[in-house]
Amino acid sequence: MAVIEVTKDTFEQEVLNSDKPVLVDYNADWCGPCRMMRPVLDELAAERDDIKVVSINIDDEDELAEDNDISSIPCLVVYKNGKEAARNVGLVPKDVVIDLIGG
Amino acid sequence: MYDIIIIGAGPAGMTAAIYARRASKSVLLLEAKSYGGQIINTPDIENYPVEAHISGFDFAQKLYEQTKALGAEFKFEKAVEIKDEGDTKTVVTVKDSYTAKAVIIATGSENRKLGVEGEDKLVGRGISYCATCDGAFYRNKVVAVVGGGNTALEDALYLADLAQTVYLIHRRDEFRGEEANAQRLRERENVKLVLNSTVTKLNAEKRLKSIEVTNKNGEVTELEVNGLFVAVGRVPENQNFASVAELDQAGYVAASENCRTKTPGIFAAGDNRVKEVRQLVTAASDGAVAATEAVKYIASLK
Repeated sequence: MAVIEVTKDTFEQEVLNSDKPVLVDYNADWCGPCRMMRPVLDELAAERDDIKVVSINIDDEDELAEDNDISSIPCLVVYKNGKEAARNVGLVPKDVVIDLIGG
Repeated sequence: MYDIIIIGAGPAGMTAAIYARRASKSVLLLEAKSYGGQIINTPDIENYPVEAHISGFDFAQKLYEQTKALGAEFKFEKAVEIKDEGDTKTVVTVKDSYTAKAVIIATGSENRKLGVEGEDKLVGRGISYCATCDGAFYRNKVVAVVGGGNTALEDALYLADLAQTVYLIHRRDEFRGEEANAQRLRERENVKLVLNSTVTKLNAEKRLKSIEVTNKNGEVTELEVNGLFVAVGRVPENQNFASVAELDQAGYVAASENCRTKTPGIFAAGDNRVKEVRQLVTAASDGAVAATEAVKYIASLK
């Protein structure tokens, strides 16, 4: 699967109501580290059937960013069963993202 | 066994790799995070020769592609130790260990932390080390900047355009940064200077709610803030290599313009070296010098 772009209209359905763990990438076009992060997310989306990978552009979706206490990007948040299970701020290598997703 | 292992794939490390590959040396680059180094945070580079404007991301991408095309190998593993075994050096990473004839340390620097309890947990929940990266989250909010150098002054000016109120907290009563910037700040109505003071406590629930500031008379004031931008300088990341490379008091590698450390065959390049000017172009320049010295050193082994 590819990385899915999520907006405030689709957040509940794609993230909170997902039956698989969801890795959410909060990002922006102007953010260099976010752009460095993106290939890792594309790879994970392609490799892992057991998770869903989504992207939220914080400039377009400022309400989502505010509601979810995002104040620094790149910010990766893992949601399991509609709840935040883990979070990481800043650029990290793929191994760290895999650990963040967990079992 | 590689000819040269380079620790750190920022501008210094990747430039060193280019020079080493062009001298037909085998090269392994070890990087803890992602290639590019801190330059990827810069939206627009305007002071690198030839390109009038280029984003830090594009710069890093181009440099990576150039380095890769020349045949340098990259591994994304944090190096934790260098063992000097004479003509052979072993670099230990979190995953494995690798040997080479020469090693170039190009690990750059990282943001200095405030050192106040709870700081790490609040990164991305109110605490930031990069105003241009995260300022947009604080539109019409109340923020504080800590520091007295140019970065702190520039951060405060940048945030003054976005935020409702900016407190600038500094432990002395005058700034190390340029007076012109300090003057501009004094003219801004929404900037409040909090001098002779340090941040002594962070109050948070889910995210940062307020900070406590203690002045030199020991008086404590609580400031309600949504964000705290820490701009108290940078620190080199050389501690793991202190046994093979002498460090100065601040932790920078004591290597001169020839990039040689106290250990033959181990070199330092870029922001982690003792130097006056830490810029993109001087990092690249160090990479060229260190690689050339490493190639010379390898030739001397035979």
